[in-house]
Amino acid sequence: MNYRTSIASLVAAAALASTSTSAFSATDISWWHAMGGRLGEVVNEISTNYNKAQDACQLTPVYKGGYEDTLTAGIASFRAGEQPNIIQVFDAGAATIIGAKGATVPVEDLLKEAGVDFNIEDYISGVRYFYADSNGKMIGMPFNSSSPIMYVNEEALEKAGVQAPKTWEEFEEIAPKLKEAGYIPLTQSHTPWIFTENFKSRHNLQFATNNNGYDGVEGTKLVFGDPIKNHFKAVKDWLDNGYYAYYGAGWGDNQTPFNDGKVAFWLGSSGSFGGISQTVQFPFSATFLPYWDAVEGAGTGTFIGGAALFAMSGKPAEENKCVASFFEYLTSPEVQYFWHRETGYVPITNAAYELAKKDGHYERTPAAEVGIKQLSLPGGDWTKGYRMGFYVQIRDVMNREYGKIFAGEASVDEAFATIEGEGNKLLERFAKTAQQ
Amino acid sequence: MKKVQFQNRWIPYLLLLPQLSIVAVFFLWPAAEAVRASFFLEDPFGFGSTFVGFDNFIDTVSSSDYLRVTRFTVVFTFFVTFFSLGLALLLAVKADKVLHGSSAYKTLLMWVYAVAPPVAGLIGILLFDQHVGPIVDMAALVGWKMQIGVNYFDTGMAMTMVAVWKQIPVNFIFFLSGLQGISKSVQEAAAIDCRSGIRRFWTVTFPLLAPTGFFLLIINITYAFFDTFGIIDVMLKTQPGNDPITLVYKVYQDGFRGNDLGGSSAQSVILMLVVFVLTIVQFRLIERRVHYT
Repeated sequence: MNYRTSIASLVAAAALASTSTSAFSATDISWWHAMGGRLGEVVNEISTNYNKAQDACQLTPVYKGGYEDTLTAGIASFRAGEQPNIIQVFDAGAATIIGAKGATVPVEDLLKEAGVDFNIEDYISGVRYFYADSNGKMIGMPFNSSSPIMYVNEEALEKAGVQAPKTWEEFEEIAPKLKEAGYIPLTQSHTPWIFTENFKSRHNLQFATNNNGYDGVEGTKLVFGDPIKNHFKAVKDWLDNGYYAYYGAGWGDNQTPFNDGKVAFWLGSSGSFGGISQTVQFPFSATFLPYWDAVEGAGTGTFIGGAALFAMSGKPAEENKCVASFFEYLTSPEVQYFWHRETGYVPITNAAYELAKKDGHYERTPAAEVGIKQLSLPGGDWTKGYRMGFYVQIRDVMNREYGKIFAGEASVDEAFATIEGEGNKLLERFAKTAQQ
Repeated sequence: MKKVQFQNRWIPYLLLLPQLSIVAVFFLWPAAEAVRASFFLEDPFGFGSTFVGFDNFIDTVSSSDYLRVTRFTVVFTFFVTFFSLGLALLLAVKADKVLHGSSAYKTLLMWVYAVAPPVAGLIGILLFDQHVGPIVDMAALVGWKMQIGVNYFDTGMAMTMVAVWKQIPVNFIFFLSGLQGISKSVQEAAAIDCRSGIRRFWTVTFPLLAPTGFFLLIINITYAFFDTFGIIDVMLKTQPGNDPITLVYKVYQDGFRGNDLGGSSAQSVILMLVVFVLTIVQFRLIERRVHYT
């Protein structure tokens, strides 16, 4: 008797176990990202919502540290055959992962294979081709997209009796008044990104040969003309006169004085919007990144910054299907609007932008629209983006040399000669790593 | 004395095998891999690589920055070693003479040993922060506008101070136990012959401490070269800019952040040679002057 009941219960348990596994046999996919703090919370919320919305796929987001750490972890795992399904790669690392053909499945192919509608025209113009190959095929799915904009301390403007400048010429006029009112007129948090890459885009200037690097790695060279050198000469003058303050290459050190209300204008990411609105104690607004009126053809849009999601190769078709399904979910207007509203990163599709407008988001918080408006400014020949290998190291060289300019250890011309020399050397070296 | 020998000539090798295999897997194999990689330029994902001969080495050595980093590494290592050994010795000699509550003093001097390097770096950031750091405020009182992360000298000095602070307890423990190992009868005999405490220290105590000192010298040079990485990375907030960095940090920066495997491998091979030469110099030249009892 005892023996029979135990057998029966065993069978029952086994049957139960088998049904329960079949009911929960969702495909697991992993997503390595670099979104810490508040951004990480929003990423987790999106993942949880996605898992609730369907039951075929189970997405697990994993925070891997900063952008560089995440890319390095992804590379190491790929070489060990343990790569995640989705990896977030930042703008400066784009050339590395796109250049390694075979490391990723182009997002356009992935979506089409899974039967998801894909039309590149659905994406806003500023993000459309930044992570695409030279034929315009989208390789990485733009995710957290931002642009450098100017945050304004309204209290400072009122005290000094001035208006936020549209151009650097206007800034030079009002800077003494702001200084007199007891403010540091200007700080910025990322010299290579804001004063170099986006300086080029905002003034529609060539950044590198080979169509800014898109047409191939062979023989790509940096291009630095007089406008950018004159800009740095002006910035050094501002620094010497107390119109600009530099706190090193770290992001936070340059933002803190603005948050504390000591600085009138801070150049940062449109994605900083969410954090700033939670911290600062004074009324603030945001506006476009200023440009030099004297440079002919200036006033064009900026590049997108931030990062994209790449689907790594070598995964079963079933998992790739789940990745496609998640990308479809992620780009839906509702999710994009949620992401945009919570973080300040721009919505990447036109439909999401329309939804945000319709919902009255920009009437409530006009500053939130500055990033996307700036990305939608008329473009030019050199506003599509740039593609350069070993670019993280090139940025390190820039940061070092700009630090020397601001510390008075090198003249602007000397610093740019070094950046050009060492940068081109790195590009030449990268060309040799590419597949033969 | 009776000589003990193994019956089977293979048993000693068998007993050594675990140690040898660890050395092979965790040291020899990666080292060989680094030497191989230093002659190639490789796509980070491992799809393609080009043999470039000595190009990586030539590019490394010919860059102006590499010379500056080397110079800083040497200066940094010298100051970190000198101050952490000097201050620890001073504290150990003083603590050795304390009669009442000596264990409280010793514990207070030793606890820093338990602080992890990145945490030490974090404490350093708080102390030297441009906006809220108390040391920066104190420097401002005497008219010194200290800017960590902007000014090359200030940043290097702050890094040195944090690295020294972190290393003193280790040296202190070793010096103290070294001092306690010197027999009382020797010290008493010396006290009868010579009244000057300072002279007694340099002629009797210091030579008897030399084996400890030599050991610590090697440990400290290695520390300043390699183990300060955590402190530097945290203090520079992973964005070195124009700030001083050490050779090891540059290997990390180019290899792990920049994904330049060939270039950073070449740098680590150079570093390997430097350490090799340094070890020979230390054991051949300095150790001859050290007398073991």
